[in-house]
Amino acid sequence: MALLQISEPGQSPAPHQARLAVGIDLGTTNSLVATVRSGIPAVLPDAHGRPLLPSVVRYVDSQRIEVGYAAQARQADDPKNTIVSVKRFMGRGVKDVAHLESAPYDFVDAPGMLQLRTVAGVKSPVEVSSEILKVLRERAELSLQGNISGAVITVPAYFDDAQRQATKDAGRIAGLNVLRLLNEPTAAAIAYGLENAAEGIYAVYDLGGGTFDISILKLSKGVFEVVATSGDSMLGGDDFDQRVFCWAVEQARLAPLGPRDMRRLLVKAREAKEHLTLHGEAPITAKLSTGDVVDLTLDTETFCSITQTLVHKTLGPVRKALRDAGLGVDGVKGVVMVGGATRMPQIQRAVGEFFRRDPLNNLDPDKVVALGAAMQANVLAGNRPQGEDWLLLDVIPLSLGIETMGGLTEKIVPRNTTIPAGRAQEFTTFKDGQTGMSIHVVQGERELVSDCRSLARFELKGIPPMAAGAARVRVSFQVDADGLLSVSAKEASSGVEASVTVKPSYGLADADVERMLRDSFEHAREDMHARALAEQRVDGQRLIEATRSALAVDEKLLTGEEQKAIHAAIQSLEKLLPGTDHRAIRQAVEALNHATEEFAERRMDAGIKRALAGRKIGSL
Amino acid sequence: MQSHFELFGLPPAFAVETDKLERSYREIQSKVHPDRFAHAGDAERRASLQWTTRVNEAFQILKNPVTRARHLLELHGVDVAFETNTAMPPDFLMQQMELRETLENARDATALDALRKNLLQEKSLLEKQIADFIDSKKDYAGAAGLVRKLQFLDKLDSEIDAAYEAIE
Repeated sequence: MALLQISEPGQSPAPHQARLAVGIDLGTTNSLVATVRSGIPAVLPDAHGRPLLPSVVRYVDSQRIEVGYAAQARQADDPKNTIVSVKRFMGRGVKDVAHLESAPYDFVDAPGMLQLRTVAGVKSPVEVSSEILKVLRERAELSLQGNISGAVITVPAYFDDAQRQATKDAGRIAGLNVLRLLNEPTAAAIAYGLENAAEGIYAVYDLGGGTFDISILKLSKGVFEVVATSGDSMLGGDDFDQRVFCWAVEQARLAPLGPRDMRRLLVKAREAKEHLTLHGEAPITAKLSTGDVVDLTLDTETFCSITQTLVHKTLGPVRKALRDAGLGVDGVKGVVMVGGATRMPQIQRAVGEFFRRDPLNNLDPDKVVALGAAMQANVLAGNRPQGEDWLLLDVIPLSLGIETMGGLTEKIVPRNTTIPAGRAQEFTTFKDGQTGMSIHVVQGERELVSDCRSLARFELKGIPPMAAGAARVRVSFQVDADGLLSVSAKEASSGVEASVTVKPSYGLADADVERMLRDSFEHAREDMHARALAEQRVDGQRLIEATRSALAVDEKLLTGEEQKAIHAAIQSLEKLLPGTDHRAIRQAVEALNHATEEFAERRMDAGIKRALAGRKIGSL
Repeated sequence: MQSHFELFGLPPAFAVETDKLERSYREIQSKVHPDRFAHAGDAERRASLQWTTRVNEAFQILKNPVTRARHLLELHGVDVAFETNTAMPPDFLMQQMELRETLENARDATALDALRKNLLQEKSLLEKQIADFIDSKKDYAGAAGLVRKLQFLDKLDSEIDAAYEAIE
């Protein structure tokens, strides 16, 4: 859906002009936006020259919102309304979040995804994240002096479907055309690989503020191929802060803290952790509202011992990823370190010991993901000529399956399958005369459904009554290039069908997203009709452009009749574009899409034939 | 429907040149992958998704010896019948039981490493036999029994993975 393209008609870029595309690293602690200008990727700083945007959102009152450094500075004074590390809550329910009791928020349990009660009302983590994305979008538009045609947003490789969908929704609400969700370690591998002309098997160890990923990639000229990925989407630098915080509470013999004091001490804990990267000891001093004074010194040895289990916890997924890749540590040519938390010396040491080689630290671990995302956005926008671009083959991190009898999981798409991927499996009825079947879609590696993440439930109804075991229900899974799943089910003898985009059971239905768009302060003033019209025009213009450039290359694949039909569809759309009837434009867009279906098929076929022919000539 | 071998421009044989398969796969992907169509119209994006899905699936099938053999036998009208035909020669079953016993008694990575090494040798031996049956002797019905054996060994392989996880 292209609801959110806000470029005005006539301002959309001409076909051969470079499109403005950005890469966004939406991090737990910090977020960044980067772009490629004149072939060089760069992070776009704010007006004060600061590249990072702290991922902190403060609802000041019902109208005003602060994002970034300003919000971060007030977190201890206004903890309930100042949301830090919101990424930990994306696509998560109350029961999924660790240390919930020590987070100073007013949580609201909602089906699927938790919500937060603030002075500006109840907010979903998706809305909070969209505020961060809006600031980055505005920063990019100001800096590039134009409308952004598309964005690549990065997500932890180990994010499940719910977390990915939540991130994509946040992008839409922020007014971004999300070209792709890109896995963070993969983005880092692109930046690292291109910078260093790296070839061979590399591991990317990515410990961020709230998530841990390990990806094993095969890099060769023009191809980035993820072989295996693993991780822990609930483990990051924040957990190290938490350990220091708990240690301080224990050492200073503090009574349970109120939200403000909790936030104050957590900030001190984080500062101490960062200080220890370059120093042997760090002071932790704070004056609490209870009158208690904390005055402690944390040395490296103590810090290492209280966080040892966390460091160790990252190595399990590393072993698993290597095993899935069918490799030992000696098969890995280099280990790229990503994420601010990899600055901790004990992490560097543990990774070095495990892989028996020094980790690679020659790129800024805070920026490398955003830079890689910008490079990918530039390719997706079509700004690099064919031959100078590259192919990216990524995988799904967790197996997808459905519930069968007895609460067991039947895996349909196994983890580490290259995406886009599709699989189908047949199931049958359990009882005589059964006319409905409930399909429960889950994600995870465990045998029991209750140990996996529930993604969606839907019903296939109207199966004709048959003996038990006679019906043949084919359940098809389709995972797209963003790693997002849609599922459909069809009964073979009757042709009864049901399908679902895996979404409503945990998160936001399309209607919710639209409501949030309307609520969004920036869009509230806009007339919805004018908005819809502008979007349809941009959409229509883009489709005409795409079709014309396809015709320019491959018109010969069509008969004269077919060419005429497509040209006619283009003309009638073009005629409607300057008008004001957005529904008519929508219909003409659909008609043109329909008219080009066969053409698209033939272009794909021809592309494949050319690829194979090229190979034969090349191998002579 | 086009066979997976035809899709990649390869001769339908069990002995497959991995390099060639990978090169074809990448060349086709570079033409059909959704990254090439991020700004295209709906029809092209849909066609790209369908093609990439198909190419990925075909590549997986040809890369894995068990599924590659099954596909080949299907092309020759022979059903491997993994689900229905579970009869195995007694000596093979005996050997399997012994291997599983060794697995159950393996308490450390060294023991598992040894078991895996052993298994890999067994597998490569079987694969040579399958190639001989399918590619040279054209004895497809005979090959089916060997493919079922290979699948048995694959299962053991994933049990070894689970055992590694258990000891960590």
